[in-house]
Amino acid sequence: MGNKQTIFTDEQLDAYQDCTFFTRKEILRLHGRYHELAPHLVPMDYTNDPDCKLPLALIVNMPELKENPFRNRIVESFSEDGMGNLSFNEFVDMFSVLSEMAPRELKAIYAFKIYDFNVDNYLCKEDLEKTLNRLTKEELTPEEVELVCEKTIEEADLDGDNKLSFADFENMISRAPDFLSTFHIRI
Amino acid sequence: MARNVNFDLSHPLMEAGLESPVDEEGVHDSFSQLIAEQSQNGGMSDAYELQQLQRELDEEGQDNVSYLSSPGREFRGRIQERRDVKLEEDERQTDPLIAERWSSATLRILSSMPSRTIGRSRGAIISQYYNRTMQLRRRRQSRPSIKDFSPSARPSIRCYGMEADCTDGEGTDGSKRERLVNNLQNLSVTDRIRMLRAMPLSVAEKGELRRLALQKEKQTLSGSKLPCCSRLKYYIMIAVRQSWYSWLSFLHSLQLWQVALKRVSGRFGTGVLSYFLFLKTLLFFNFFLFLVTGSFLVLPQAVHPPVLPAGRQPFSGLELLTGAGYFSDTVMYYGYYCNDTLNKTCKDDGAVLSDSMSNTATRDCESKRLSYNMPLAYFFTIGVAFFITCIILVYSMSKSLSQSFRIDKSHSILAMKAFCSWDFKVIKKTSVKLMSENICIQLKELLAEVNHKRVKNTMGQKLWRLMVHGLAWAICIASTTACVVGIYYFSDYMHQNLQQSSRSVIENPLLHEASLLALPVLVSLINLLLPGLFNLAAWMEDYESPSIRTYVAISRNLMLKVSVLGVLCYHWLGRVAADPSSIGLKCWESFVGQELYRFLLMDFIFTLLDTLFGEFLWGLFSEKVLKRRRKPVFDIAKNVLELIYGQTLAWLGVLFTPVLPAVQILKLFLLFYIKMSSVMMNCQAPRKPYRVSQMTTIFITLLCFPSFLGASVCVTYTMWSITPSTSCGSFRGLKTMFQAGKLWVAEMEKDNPNLSVLAKAHSYLVENPLFLFVGAGIFLTVIYFHSQVVDGQRKIISLLQEQIENEGEDKKFLITKLQSIHEQKRTPRRLTSQDSAC
Repeated sequence: MGNKQTIFTDEQLDAYQDCTFFTRKEILRLHGRYHELAPHLVPMDYTNDPDCKLPLALIVNMPELKENPFRNRIVESFSEDGMGNLSFNEFVDMFSVLSEMAPRELKAIYAFKIYDFNVDNYLCKEDLEKTLNRLTKEELTPEEVELVCEKTIEEADLDGDNKLSFADFENMISRAPDFLSTFHIRI
Repeated sequence: MARNVNFDLSHPLMEAGLESPVDEEGVHDSFSQLIAEQSQNGGMSDAYELQQLQRELDEEGQDNVSYLSSPGREFRGRIQERRDVKLEEDERQTDPLIAERWSSATLRILSSMPSRTIGRSRGAIISQYYNRTMQLRRRRQSRPSIKDFSPSARPSIRCYGMEADCTDGEGTDGSKRERLVNNLQNLSVTDRIRMLRAMPLSVAEKGELRRLALQKEKQTLSGSKLPCCSRLKYYIMIAVRQSWYSWLSFLHSLQLWQVALKRVSGRFGTGVLSYFLFLKTLLFFNFFLFLVTGSFLVLPQAVHPPVLPAGRQPFSGLELLTGAGYFSDTVMYYGYYCNDTLNKTCKDDGAVLSDSMSNTATRDCESKRLSYNMPLAYFFTIGVAFFITCIILVYSMSKSLSQSFRIDKSHSILAMKAFCSWDFKVIKKTSVKLMSENICIQLKELLAEVNHKRVKNTMGQKLWRLMVHGLAWAICIASTTACVVGIYYFSDYMHQNLQQSSRSVIENPLLHEASLLALPVLVSLINLLLPGLFNLAAWMEDYESPSIRTYVAISRNLMLKVSVLGVLCYHWLGRVAADPSSIGLKCWESFVGQELYRFLLMDFIFTLLDTLFGEFLWGLFSEKVLKRRRKPVFDIAKNVLELIYGQTLAWLGVLFTPVLPAVQILKLFLLFYIKMSSVMMNCQAPRKPYRVSQMTTIFITLLCFPSFLGASVCVTYTMWSITPSTSCGSFRGLKTMFQAGKLWVAEMEKDNPNLSVLAKAHSYLVENPLFLFVGAGIFLTVIYFHSQVVDGQRKIISLLQEQIENEGEDKKFLITKLQSIHEQKRTPRRLTSQDSAC
């Protein structure tokens, strides 16, 4: 890592500090990590906002995400184009939401996005099936998955439309005290 | 449900719900607003359903041109359609909300419902945050009475979509954004940052918003003629913020063990991590304690060493274990501290070090103002340190309590398992595999539980279980009692031994010193071995639920440790302090301090031995000899209880050994690395699910309630009612330590009669037990109110839950009504239009 003045201007660092849960040092470290992923693609100089995006395949290979069953969904939820290409800003975004300081509501919004595989703003049966299969590495039989899906929706669905809207999801999350500590990736 | 629902806006919806509480207005408001917007989008009239249907029909009419051309087919088609409608109606009764069956108008309304636009579009998010900033501004400007709150500010109804428009048109989007920027600009700096951080938008977007807000702020600042002071205020604010940020990043660079913690959490998940975080918390407490005692007691005394009566004993090496001998006349112990006033400085340059050597010389130029009253400092330092620790503890306890026991956890266990059980921190491959296996097993268990309600045990089985539990408890209580009685008699024996040896001449001082270690070794041995027995009993009992097993283990260990500490406190404060001369002690406080030092050290050594033998060698043995594949699991509860025990010792001893926190810091520091490497080498990720936040709460509570409270009761008792040694320490010559403050006040009153108010206040506040009672009473009242508030919140939550369910019902009802009206309107229209076509 070079001198910090060459990577970001003070103005930029201030903006990052105001908009994310990271301090200057952490932003610089994140830049280091981002740069590490593709040294020939990512410039060291970010003072004039270069347009540079890294593909999903590269980001998913980070040790923090590599073993995560939801890695592709995490990266996709944070990318603007939905395909998993992340600019540095989105990269920072991702780890900011997954950081320790992020409030429950923010985490819940993005967790909802991550679990919403078909991007229809609902967690329906299909999403749940995919979630369960990833959680258990497809160890459950299809019947069991079916049953769990049914019961889960039955339990958490408040307005009776047979799928979980964000309100249902958030209500459920608010009763899980461990969610805040588990939906957290140390960078 | 037999309300007359009318969709005409002139007859507002909320009239239909006269019995509904005021809170609901928000919902109805937003509903009617939405419908209004919908009709505005359509464009023409207020009568919503008519024109909507009109448009609908027009569209459908265009689609069905082919039908119109051949009436016969149309007729058949109509019959078909009617049958479809019938079918739909039937289906709706069984499953009322299957979306595909709705007509497009209903679908459109459904899709623009406030709850469904959350997080979908940028416009919605921006307008949602606009509302929030509005509320924040309103709230900050004046504290309104509760009825001035907009309904959406209450927890029941979210502010989502209060002004959410369903059109994502560029124009409205732009203006929304403009307004949001305006609001942001008007917020205070901290509020703005908090808002920005919590927005679920991308960094680029947020940066842009922030830039615009800042720009506006600058414009208004430079544009308008601001008075000088507010400009100054602005610059000061910026400077303060800058320095705060640099301070934060400095603090962050100090963060301990970042990498190590990441490695642990990556491999073992949140459960084991919580142990290390707890250790870190304790480290912080001790650091604070040492900072206070070090800077107010140790440092001043070390700078002004008193004249020692006799030569020091030579250093033999055993002192490191016993804390006696060479160490006994040092700043480590209470006995070293003098009881007179230290004179910090006498010359103007404040040379503290230069005059330290010549205590007598400085007495001549003594100035009252710069003196340092050692007894008073001792008294207040300990008092203030305990008080602040107490506040921090209670605060963190209440915080974690409110976090973990916020809401009853009766419902949606499966859903929580599915969505909240994955620990995103874990990055090691084998641990990930283990975790998914665990989740799988738990899901299966839950399913089995859901499917078959638990089989009732027969009477005989129940009786058997009860007997087994009774037996296990009896064993545990009996062994604990035996150990405690053993410690009691052993300490008595040691005491008599000391009495005898004090009368005769000691022939081997080293052996005498080493014999002091017997009691700590015994106690530590009991602390090490008895939990094993408890584990055996728990294994015999075979608890079904892991959480009950943990609670039982914790309560048994706690019982042991509390009773052992109780006996020891009696030994120190009842036996040793009551008659110190009988065992030839000049300074019993120093002796107790040494004892605590020994206990702390022995505790550490035995923990090391436990780690070595219990974890490392046992792991090797089971792997090599027993050929077991599984490594032992890190026992979080036991280890945390050990930490709490050590911390209690440290708190107990800080009065007698002001540097004990430093020893504890060192111990914790070493312990961190040892435990870390042991865990990494010998253990595997835990198999049991571990309720982290709940356990953390329990540990903090244990740290606060028996541990800290017990220690402070002992310390207070010592200060209040035990006579300090007459020939050593800061409080020599006083009847109790507490009198130091009294004397000081009396002296001050004598010097300066104007301060008699202070003296009176002191005598009323500190000496009068009434004040203590009132304080405790207030404290209890606050706790009572707090619990009442929590109780009330719980009730409100259940009420709101009910309300949500009702709203869901209402929604279903409204939608079916809407659909049926639509259908009714459509079919006669069809008929008439078809008639005219014919």
